[in-house]
This record gives sequence, structure tokens and C-alpha cells, in this order.
Amino acid sequence: MADAAVHHDIAGVYEPSLFGTYSKKIGMWLFLASDSLTFGALLFAYSYGRVSNPSWPTPFGKESIINATIMTACLLSSSLTMVLGVLAAHRGDKSRTRNWLFATMFFGAAFVVLHGMEWSKLIHEGMTPFTNPWAPSVPQFGGTFFTLTGMHMLHVTIGVIYLGVVALRKKFLPVLLLLWLIGWLATPASNVFHLGVHVLLIGAVVAAMVLFLHPKDYDSHDVEVSGLYWHFVDLVWMFIFPLVYLMSTRV
Amino acid sequence: MHTVAATHDERKAQYFWVWGALLILTGVEVFLAYERFFQPVRMLEVLMVLSVIKAALIIAYFMHLKFEVPFMRFMLMAAIVACLCLMCIFFADAMRILSLGVK
Repeated sequence: MADAAVHHDIAGVYEPSLFGTYSKKIGMWLFLASDSLTFGALLFAYSYGRVSNPSWPTPFGKESIINATIMTACLLSSSLTMVLGVLAAHRGDKSRTRNWLFATMFFGAAFVVLHGMEWSKLIHEGMTPFTNPWAPSVPQFGGTFFTLTGMHMLHVTIGVIYLGVVALRKKFLPVLLLLWLIGWLATPASNVFHLGVHVLLIGAVVAAMVLFLHPKDYDSHDVEVSGLYWHFVDLVWMFIFPLVYLMSTRV
Repeated sequence: MHTVAATHDERKAQYFWVWGALLILTGVEVFLAYERFFQPVRMLEVLMVLSVIKAALIIAYFMHLKFEVPFMRFMLMAAIVACLCLMCIFFADAMRILSLGVK
């Protein structure tokens, strides 16, 4: 009887995959499609304010543009190292895959640090989510700028944690907690990142839940899916950089 | 085996070319903005065209969408582009504020 149950003809019950590929990849693509609408809404909110206010501030001088250009180069280079990591993963070269993932994480972390410095400079000049010193009649500049770039910075940070988990699994948790502790103690209490660095602690808790509740050895498909997320983060910046920085240069 | 290795090398070379193109396009964007090459509206148009080219390169080559089945390419891109274009409907209101003020 048991054999009869096992050999049921179920071929017609399960449909083939929607796009002829594995479900993890389709899941990530659908998430990215929804996330692109989130970023689209934030970009359009910023652009709406920009179009409807002729006195929109232009606070980004030479130093800021150079900084943002280096940040862009960091993200583009991280995409290259990521795709080389995916290539190595498909070849089955685990050691090289891990090294490429580390390089990607390094560029991502460099981006976050540079962006944090840019934020700190703007805040030091008097910019808040509700006011800015360059155009007091345009209070929404700070709100739209910080929301858009903050959301992106959060995505990059989550991406670095994601890649760390894929590369090192449980070994990444103490590294992440150490980074959180260093970041928390090294930033002055008056700095916005003294609170913001707790994202790393939340990330460590979530990563620990995933790693302990669903332990597994990540394969080349997992590396490819994490790569899709990482390239999306890079892709979004390709629109933020010209819209926010290059259209508001003060030369 | 040789064919697999050759394909990997071709892919790797392709990735470096795409990376180089993205860096060059970024350099062009920065140059145009820094030199204020165009009036703001024309500048926005040029920067957006360059950004769409960069985005297409990233999606096609780095995200491998070029190598997926045509149905997947069409469904994903058509849905995202249509939704993003629909958001443009709000720009008419932004232009109205410019000429009529906030009412």
C-alpha cells in the first residue's frame, strides 16, 4: 500500500518553474522588483520637490562631488568583484569565491564609511531632516535627501552582512558583533551614527536566527542570488548619484 | 573541459569591459555636471539617458538577465518600467505648483 502511495502519478500536479530557473532566483527578482518601486517612490519624491521649488539648494561643492564619485567607483568595483565571485562559485572554487566576496564587502564597507562622512559633514553644516542652511524656504530638502540616501545606505549595510553570512556563515557573527562594538564605541555620542550603528546589532540578531534555525552550506546558487541583491544596490545608486549630487553641484 | 574554461575566460573579459564602460560613463557624467555643460533641464535629460544605459549594462551583464529566458526578461522589465513610468504622472502637479503656486 505504501508503495502505491509513493508511486502516484503526480507529474501533472506540479507545474514547471515560472521562468525556467530555480525558485530562489525568482524570489529574489520579485523582491528586487518590489524594492525598485520603493526606491522609485523615494526618487520621485525628491524629484517632485526639486521640480516644484526653483530655490532648491545646491550644497554639493567640489569636495562632495569628488567624495560621491569615489563612492560610485567603489560600488562599481564591488559589482565587478561580486560577479567574479559568482563566476568562481560556478567553477566550484570555494576559496576564490570567498576572497571575491571579501573584496565586495570591503568596497561596500568603504562606500558606507564615505557616505557616513558625507552625512556628518552636511549635519555639521546645519542640515537636519527639517531644515537646511542653504535654502530655509525649502525644508523638504533634508527630509527627502536623508530618507533616500539613508534607505540606500541601509541596503548597502544589509548587503555587506548578507555577503558576510554567505562567505563565512556562523564565523561571521563574532566579526559582526565586534564591528558593531567598535563602531558604537568609536563614534561620539553626538554623532547620528552612534545610534545608526545599532543596525549592525539588529543584523547580527537576524543573521544568527537564520544561521541557527536554518543551518546549511551555501552553494553557487546562493552566491548568485546574493549577487543579484548586491548589483541592485549598485543599480539604484546609478540614479541617486546624478539626481541628488550631480544636479545639485555648487561649483 | 576546454570549452568551459574558454567560456569562463570570455565571461571574465566581458565583465571587465562592462566595468570599464560603467566607470567611463560615470566620468562623463561628472565632467558634464562639473563643467555645467548644459542648461539644467537638458542636463537632467542627458544624465538620465546615461544612467539608463549604465542600469541596462548592470542588469544585462552583471545580473545576467541577458542570459535568462525571453519570457523572464520581458515580464520583469515590462512590469518594473511600466510601474516606474506611472509614477511620472505626479510631475504634472509639480509643474502646476511652479506656475500656479501651492493651492
